Formats: sequence, C-alpha cells, structure tokens
Amino acid sequence: MTSPVRTGPVELLSRPREVPSDSAAAALLAADLRPARAFVDAATDADVTRALSRGRRRDLHDFAALLSPAASARIEELAVAARDATLQRFGRARTLFAPLYLSNECVSVCTYCGFSAGNEVARRTLTVDEVRSEVQELAARGFRHVLLVAGEHARIVSKDYLVECVAAAAETMASVSVEVQVWDEPTYVRLVNAGADGVVVYQEAYDRDTYAAVHLLGKKRNYEWRLAAPDRAAAAGARKLGIGALLGLHPDWRAEALAVAAHARELMHRWWRAEVSVAVPRLRPAAGGYEPVDPVDDRSFTQLICALRLFLPDAGITLSTREPAQLRDALVPLGVTTLSAGSHTEPGGYASESDAEPQFEISDTRSPAEVATALRAGGYDPVWKDWSRL
Amino acid sequence: MDDLVIAGRSFGSRLFLGTGKFPSNAALRAAIEASGSEMVTVAMRRADPTADDDIVDAIPSSVLLLTNTSGAMNADEAVRIARLARAAGYPDWIKLELTPEPRYLLPDGVETLDAAEKLVAEGFTVLPYVNADPVLCKRLEEVGCATVMPLGSWIGSNQGLRTRGALEIIIEQARVPVVVDAGLGAPSHAAEAMEIGADAVLVNTAIGTAADPALMAAAFRDAVVAGRTGYLAGLAPARAVAAASSPLTGFLDS
Repeated sequence: MTSPVRTGPVELLSRPREVPSDSAAAALLAADLRPARAFVDAATDADVTRALSRGRRRDLHDFAALLSPAASARIEELAVAARDATLQRFGRARTLFAPLYLSNECVSVCTYCGFSAGNEVARRTLTVDEVRSEVQELAARGFRHVLLVAGEHARIVSKDYLVECVAAAAETMASVSVEVQVWDEPTYVRLVNAGADGVVVYQEAYDRDTYAAVHLLGKKRNYEWRLAAPDRAAAAGARKLGIGALLGLHPDWRAEALAVAAHARELMHRWWRAEVSVAVPRLRPAAGGYEPVDPVDDRSFTQLICALRLFLPDAGITLSTREPAQLRDALVPLGVTTLSAGSHTEPGGYASESDAEPQFEISDTRSPAEVATALRAGGYDPVWKDWSRL
Repeated sequence: MDDLVIAGRSFGSRLFLGTGKFPSNAALRAAIEASGSEMVTVAMRRADPTADDDIVDAIPSSVLLLTNTSGAMNADEAVRIARLARAAGYPDWIKLELTPEPRYLLPDGVETLDAAEKLVAEGFTVLPYVNADPVLCKRLEEVGCATVMPLGSWIGSNQGLRTRGALEIIIEQARVPVVVDAGLGAPSHAAEAMEIGADAVLVNTAIGTAADPALMAAAFRDAVVAGRTGYLAGLAPARAVAAASSPLTGFLDS
C-alpha cells in the first residue's frame, strides 16, 4: 500500500519544491496516513459503532472506520447519521452554481484530461466580452454563483486574462470562484481583488507516484507547488477553498479519500476563517481515452460522501454533473451542499453554441430549472445566491 | 399588555425568527405566520431583489425585516453590508453578525463592538449577536445598541442554554432588551430563556429543519409565551439564590 503523501522523486520545475513550514500542505506532508489506511481494512463493527457515536470529536481513525468494509455493511446507519448532521448544519438549503470554461488551451500533458496538450481537439478561448455574455446568459438561467475554469497556458490563459475574466464575471455574479492553474500568492491577491471569493484546486492524486504517472509534462508536475496552492490562496484572502481528489487515478481510492479528508482538516486548522469544501469527482470518459483505475461503485461512493460529512460536519461537499441525475438527487440529503447544474465543460456553450472539445462528458444533463425543481420535490430549497460582493 | 419595546417600536411577540435552512419560501412563510413573530432576520448575502422568488418575498409586510450581516469577516465588511441593505431600501434595523470562523460561527466581539459604534453613528438600529459576555454586552449598550443578542450555545447546535450562568448576569445587568439568540433547539429551551428573564428569543435551525416547520414555529410561539408568563409570575427569579428553609440564625430569635 502506498502512503498518499509519501515523499518521493518529483523533479523540480520552475517553482520551489518546499512548502511553507506553517502551511496546511506542510502539515499534510508531515502526516503519516498509513496507519489510518490500514485501519480502513482492519476496522471492526465496534470501531464503526464508536466512530458513529463520536459526534464532532471524530478523528482520522474514525473516518477510516467509516470508510471500512465493516461500515459498508451498515450503510443505512451511516446515511441516517450523515443526513442528520447535514440537516443540522446546512438545513434544507442547497447552493447551485455553474462552471464556465474560459479556455481549453493547455500546455500540460495529463493522461486523464480531455484538454491534455497532446489531444487533437478543437481549442477555444473566450474573449472577455464573450465571458461577459456567457455570464449574463447564466444569470438569465438563475445563477448568481459561477466557477471559472481554464486549462494551463501561460500565454493564452495568462494572469492578466484571468484577472479580466474574474472582473467581468463579478459585474454580474454575486460569487466568482476560479479553478485554473495554480498561482503564486501575489497573483491570487490580484484574482481576489478582481472579485474572486473562491479558489478551487484539486490535487487530482494525493499519491505521489500516481501524481507523477498521470502528469507527464508541464508545470503541473510540481506536486508540492500544487499542494500548497490552497494555502497561498487563503493567504491572499480567498474566502472559500475547494479541494479534492479525482477518483480513478490512484489504484486505492480509500487512500485518496483519507488524504482529502486530512487535507481539509489541516486547511481548516491553519486558515480558520476559510470556508473549506471538498469534492471527490469520479473520472468520466474524455478525449484521450483514459480508463479509470479502481472505479468507485455507487455504494462505495455513497459511503464516502457520508463519511466525509461525518468527519467534516461543517465542510461544503460539491457534486458536479459528472454524476447521473438519480444519484445526485439521492445524495443531496446525505451531505452534498453545492451542485452544478446545466453544465457545459467546453469553453462557452451557454450564450453561444460551441464546437470546442469538452473536458469530460457530463452525465446529469438536466437544465438548471429542472435540477431546482428536483431539489424542491425532495424538500430542499435551491439557493442561487448566498454571497454579497462588497 | 406585555409588549416588548425595542428602539421605540413595540412587539407583541417575543419570538424572532431566522430564515436560513428552510425547505422553501412557502414553508418559511407558513412558519412565520404560525410563529406570530413580528421581526424576522434575513442575511443580505441571501437577498436578491432581481430574483423571481426571493427569500425577502416570503416575509409578510406586517413583519419587520431585520437584515443581518452574515458573511462579514470584520467591522468594515459589516458596515458595508448594512449600507447595502439601506441602499436596497430595507429597514435601518441591522442584526450585526460578525462570525469570521465558519465552523461554529462564533461572533468576534472585538469587530462587533467596532462595527456597532460605526453603525449607530450612521443612524442604524443595531442588534448585535454576541457571545454570552456580560462586559461586552455593557459595552455594546454604551455605544447605543438597541438590544444585545447573546448566544445560548453555538448556532445550529440545538444545545440550549449552555451559557446560562453568563446569560443570567447579562439579564441582570442589561438596560436594553436581551434577546437570547442561537442554540435553542427545543421549545423548552426557549421557555427556559424566557423564564430566566430574557426579553425575547431568536430561533432558526430548530424551526427551519423541523419535519413540520410551521408546527414547530407554533410550538416555540407557545413556549415563549409560557416562559414569559412564568417569569412574570415569579416562578423563576433571574438570580436563583437559595433561601434556607431552616434559617441558620433562627436560634437568635428563640
């Protein structure tokens, strides 16, 4: 079994290998998650009972117990506890957002991503005016929260370009988050000042060997620089930090889940003002034809969502349109707090037709209004705005 | 009549409502009506005058809208949110919520006092959400707050009056109405707060997340009335000082 954060050879590129000593990244790198991973397999029924009874005092071993086969046999109990915890903390409000892809230009080669530099696909980068009209279209569909997404291309998707896009989106949207290449702190300051309140950085794979194996070329190969990006964003004043692992890269999804959970806890501890949210997207078919390893079935995925909710009772959990409609609806009571809807994963696509390549295929193809209707039918209040730009 | 007067405005109900966590605007509206509440707080971050079915639309016009500054991290942000509320045409009544820590949503007393002073100077009627800190409550009173709103336990915890001892001191010392806010998970908690002499309570999670929010709102309505009546009847003095049934100095009279 491989420790998710075991140190190993990843070559130095243009950024330092070290992470700041007082960062959540440093704390995670110093942590040995192997005992907790071993406990996933070893946990007994009594351990699960104990983990379920521990309320807000749950530690990583309790989380491991909740991920265990012993807990899988008690999935209904987990679901009840997760539903109750979610109801108490988040009530019946569920926030909706839309991703807006700015560009699928990318110089990185990542084996699992449709935007990967080697892929012969249609590329497109929105102009700032196009961003403006896409955002206006999203607003017309009800959205007030937008997530700006882009591939990694220092020239085409430059800092200046992203700052302009954030500012343009902030003209219309109450909340703007970014999920783009990782930056240094001064650049995050610029993005925050332009109107970005959230920064999303998925580590993709916390396991170091897997990380190196799937990120073949580009700046993204620097594991530590990426791992410490949420710390830099928080230092720059970002209010919301989103982290996650892409399930289907590492052969052991439970180890990845432990790393996500531990990372979230460290971020909350270090950046006590930040709203930390987590996501565990399962890989979807994409250009390049990558085949997910150790696919997580729906039962295990449900168990993971419940375990995350119980270990991180205050964290947002985001679920995208990668997941099918029926499963999304079923997971809303159990811990999911934030959902995308009516998504396009190619640049543009809302205000104008786009023939650019999507990053991945979406599964829940319902319109935002249909998702909102389904939430209401389940007794949940679709919330389009939960932020005030100041 | 036992009306509660805050900043010159009279309230027949001593139950105030928060509006988060409800399943729908319709459920919120039904709960407000069932509660008999005359003041309801809404986060500015949730308000959206451009939306079709905005949360503010769920509030009957007879009920005072108390906008709150949820999401503010410091005094400056809270002041700006209050100004946004005023600019949007909402009443000048502001519930000051300065909770920089998103997990327990505990209030920052330092920033709250600073913001309160500024907002009072700008003519707002300020109702600050604070920890159950008697000295801070006196300081807020001194800068002109219309009430103090100390917590019973942390927001959404449903744990009742874990701060009871401090609340009793606040109630004893206050010269403005004391509204116990946060942590009231059951009607009995609200009754207890009223019995120890709180002037009002503010409830959200317990009603918003109930299986039947309107029915729970009615239960809180009745509990608040019962607790208040008990307090007026003298059942539960604000300071519970034991009186020995057999006086220790009785021998002096014999």
